[in-house]
Amino acid sequence: MTDTVIVHDSHDIPHASAGKYIQIASVLFVLTALEVLLYEVCFGHLKGSGLSTSLAPHFVSVLLILSAMKFWFVAMFYMHLKFDIKVLTWLFAFSLVIAAVVICALFVLFTYNRTLWWATGSWK
Amino acid sequence: MTAAVLDHASEHPHEEHHTSLPVNSRKLAIWTFIGSECLFFASLITTFVIYRNSHDKGPGPKDVFGVPLVTAGTAVLLFSSFFVVMALNGAQQGDRKKLLTWLSLTVMCGLFFVGMQVYEFTHFVHEGMGYRSNLFASSFFTLTGFHGTHVAIGTLWLGTLLKDAYKGRIPPQKALNLEIAALYWHFVDVVWIIIFPVVYLMSLGT
Repeated sequence: MTDTVIVHDSHDIPHASAGKYIQIASVLFVLTALEVLLYEVCFGHLKGSGLSTSLAPHFVSVLLILSAMKFWFVAMFYMHLKFDIKVLTWLFAFSLVIAAVVICALFVLFTYNRTLWWATGSWK
Repeated sequence: MTAAVLDHASEHPHEEHHTSLPVNSRKLAIWTFIGSECLFFASLITTFVIYRNSHDKGPGPKDVFGVPLVTAGTAVLLFSSFFVVMALNGAQQGDRKKLLTWLSLTVMCGLFFVGMQVYEFTHFVHEGMGYRSNLFASSFFTLTGFHGTHVAIGTLWLGTLLKDAYKGRIPPQKALNLEIAALYWHFVDVVWIIIFPVVYLMSLGT
């Protein structure tokens, strides 16, 4: 994909061209189709083949990777982070780091609260 | 001095607000808001993941979730993100016809998604899954309900901009008004990009 950009006037940050937006939309559509196909192969109508046996253990991780790719494409191109000033990228990245900390904290809190770690003796 | 500032503001209502950063203050504000929303949805999504198997009483995900309808909603929301960037492209180029066409499509996608979610919630209630059925149901309705509310607010916001565009009130100099709404809309889309696999596909598969 080429990095074609358009500058509309002197005050604007350059954004991607319409062609680039179409390319990104196609990529997002394909990634979503892959997510659904992965589900169908592992647990849905296409279950039972050798492919489903080998893919099923990696279902969650593959799904998360596909979602992360879609997230990256939307944030970088549709939200213009690739073309805007870096302060906005850092601001968003900082929020995501804090969100990751919140997610970890909640998992630890709920796991501890359900005494799963306590019961096994690994939480002292 | 305050009166002078107010006079200046009323005479130049759309003049850019300069900050020490090389970015428009309204754009910085929407990104800060989006940052806070990341924490909000991170908490809700994590709570759902923790409680998704807590359905000893009442229906669970495999009893009620269906992939085709939600996949259609996901595709519509993804396409709406494409439509709104094309509308912004039209606004920045001063192409009113392009702006109106793509923005109308975006608003229609928003309405479709909200309609899909209302239908889905109604279907779940008919299947016996109410808000208080179990922890899975409560966390599911809270998460997707808040997301749906965000979509509804975004649709209203874009609808008001569509009205402005129809009246010719979004010239290229004011394209930032649409860009800010579009950033919010893309964020709502990004949240669904996480919700779709984590809430629906993983709950059905694992």
